[in-house]
Amino acid sequence: MNESMIISLLLGSLAAMVPIALTSIGAVISERAGVVNIGYEGILMFSAFFGAMFAELAGNGWVGLLGGALVGLLFGALHGFLTVYLKGDHVIPGIGLNLLGYGAVAFGIRAYWGTAGQHQVPNNAQISPLWMDAFGNALSPMVPITIAIAVIAWWVLFKTPFGLRIRAVGENPEAADALGINVELYRFTAVLIASALAGVAGAYLSVDWLGTVTKQIAAGRGFIALANMVFSGWNPLIALGGAFLFGFFDNLAIYIQNNPWLAGTIPWQFIATLPYVVTLIVVAGIIGRARPPKWDGRPYKRE
Amino acid sequence: MNLKDELRGYVKPVAESVLAILIGAFIGALVLWFSGYSPFEAYYWLIRGSLTSVDGIAETLAKSAPLILTAITFAIGARTGLFNIGAEGTVYFGAMAAIIVTQYLQNPIAGLLAGLLIGALWALPAAVLKVYRGVHEVISTIMFNWIAFFIVSWLAVSVYYNPKDPNSTLPIPPSARLPLLVKNTSLSWAFIIAILAAVIIFIVMWHTKLGYELRTSGQNPRAAEYGGINPRRSAIWSFVIGGMTAGLAGAGIVMGTPPSYAITQGLANVYGYGFDGIGVALVGRNHPLGIIFSGILFGALSAGATAMQQHAHVPLEMIKVIEGIIIIAVAVPGLIDLFARLFRRGGA
Repeated sequence: MNESMIISLLLGSLAAMVPIALTSIGAVISERAGVVNIGYEGILMFSAFFGAMFAELAGNGWVGLLGGALVGLLFGALHGFLTVYLKGDHVIPGIGLNLLGYGAVAFGIRAYWGTAGQHQVPNNAQISPLWMDAFGNALSPMVPITIAIAVIAWWVLFKTPFGLRIRAVGENPEAADALGINVELYRFTAVLIASALAGVAGAYLSVDWLGTVTKQIAAGRGFIALANMVFSGWNPLIALGGAFLFGFFDNLAIYIQNNPWLAGTIPWQFIATLPYVVTLIVVAGIIGRARPPKWDGRPYKRE
Repeated sequence: MNLKDELRGYVKPVAESVLAILIGAFIGALVLWFSGYSPFEAYYWLIRGSLTSVDGIAETLAKSAPLILTAITFAIGARTGLFNIGAEGTVYFGAMAAIIVTQYLQNPIAGLLAGLLIGALWALPAAVLKVYRGVHEVISTIMFNWIAFFIVSWLAVSVYYNPKDPNSTLPIPPSARLPLLVKNTSLSWAFIIAILAAVIIFIVMWHTKLGYELRTSGQNPRAAEYGGINPRRSAIWSFVIGGMTAGLAGAGIVMGTPPSYAITQGLANVYGYGFDGIGVALVGRNHPLGIIFSGILFGALSAGATAMQQHAHVPLEMIKVIEGIIIIAVAVPGLIDLFARLFRRGGA
């Protein structure tokens, strides 16, 4: 392995880290407030589609990211309304959202662009890289932004009164309520932040990293982000590290697939299972040490 | 409980499911309209393609068979307090196992048993992780779905590929195929097997000691434990029985679907049944008999989608949009009460 390969693997891992990190950080915030959402896969799909649509209409990739955030917010509001205010089940709307996202993107690509299954995002609607070498290795501005978001999320969650309240409503809503904290408002806000971050992550897939919209563009990243959240022990900084690890394995599989010697020795499909196998091992190993917030996934009704 | 009370207990959930379906159809119509399609034309062909001819009905029932089975996987999990979404990956394995085993034992029973067995085995790791390590089943079953996807893809492409057809695996040998119920359609014994499985699960869950233990563990784990029920044992049984039905679903698809009787490229013909099964289970209120009806409904959507695409030129993925909206509507707590209140206010 020479230097340029290492650079390419490193940059590739960073690029693959971004969507998983952003989604996991959001999920950490939401679950710290006590709201489970397993619909991030669907939000990624929707925001990848609408992000590309907005970016093309505006001729600007950043508008796409913003559009993705707005789409995320919309679905967050729906999920928050059902779970926080109507006290409904937390898991079922997420399942619906995922199915809806899968169908809507495949439908949307055909209905809006008239192509089957895939649409290339034009260059003027993509985010330009911060840095790029002669081999096409690139660094997106979203990489440092994601790192900054992880640090800010950690700081807000653990060092500010706002973060303390978020954690309080997820850990002990009765006590928080007794102290005069509006449990529902904090939970709803956390859900909105989480889904907006997932929305940015989804738009990043289409207008930045992959530069295309495909009908399976999320490829399980919404679920990997949830696993990564558990792995992180509900901590945004560790979630950033975990996302990098996933990014690395993701790239390793692509690298082996493209290397004729390695591809003949190990079937690439086995390498492709690695991120999922590693998740299982890690999650199984750290459980017991890390525990979810006490009221995670439980609706709070004032007595 | 007398019969009248029992019936009354069924009315509300059925009404809520029907309402959720209507909401799905209505919002689906709005999406179609906004996207520049005619909702009337789309729905006309959807129904025409699935319910107005012998072929259409046969196709509907054929599509419903694997959905009924994967829905049972989720429903048993839900009844025992688990969100088992591992049916998807288990379907791939069930299909692959049926193909492999029937190459050697050219007999349909062997193929079905292979699906059942691999389903039970593939469910065990998630069960063990849940029971002994506390790993949440949503995370583990999703991870196992992806692992299954890659392993079965490898088996399909590199080991059991069809040398005469690069787009599929070796087919199920003719003597191991499930007989068709209606000539020149896809409706085979797989449908009968799915219905039988639903009835057996109904009997097991509501009329045996094991079923009582499983349901009690789901409703109130602490009370179950005081009552001498081992919740770990219940969780493992729940995963294993669910794995068996999903494995059977996969075996049924390859053994009972002409013309290929094989897994096609990219696992295309076995993909998605596990996820759709979740929707079928939710609309069927996690009850085997409800699932038979909702399975046939989802089967009709899937069968009619092709006609809708061909004649109304609406992309068939529209169906997934409608299904997603139905599930979200099902998730609205007290949907019927909410609607009744709105209606009363509107009427007054």
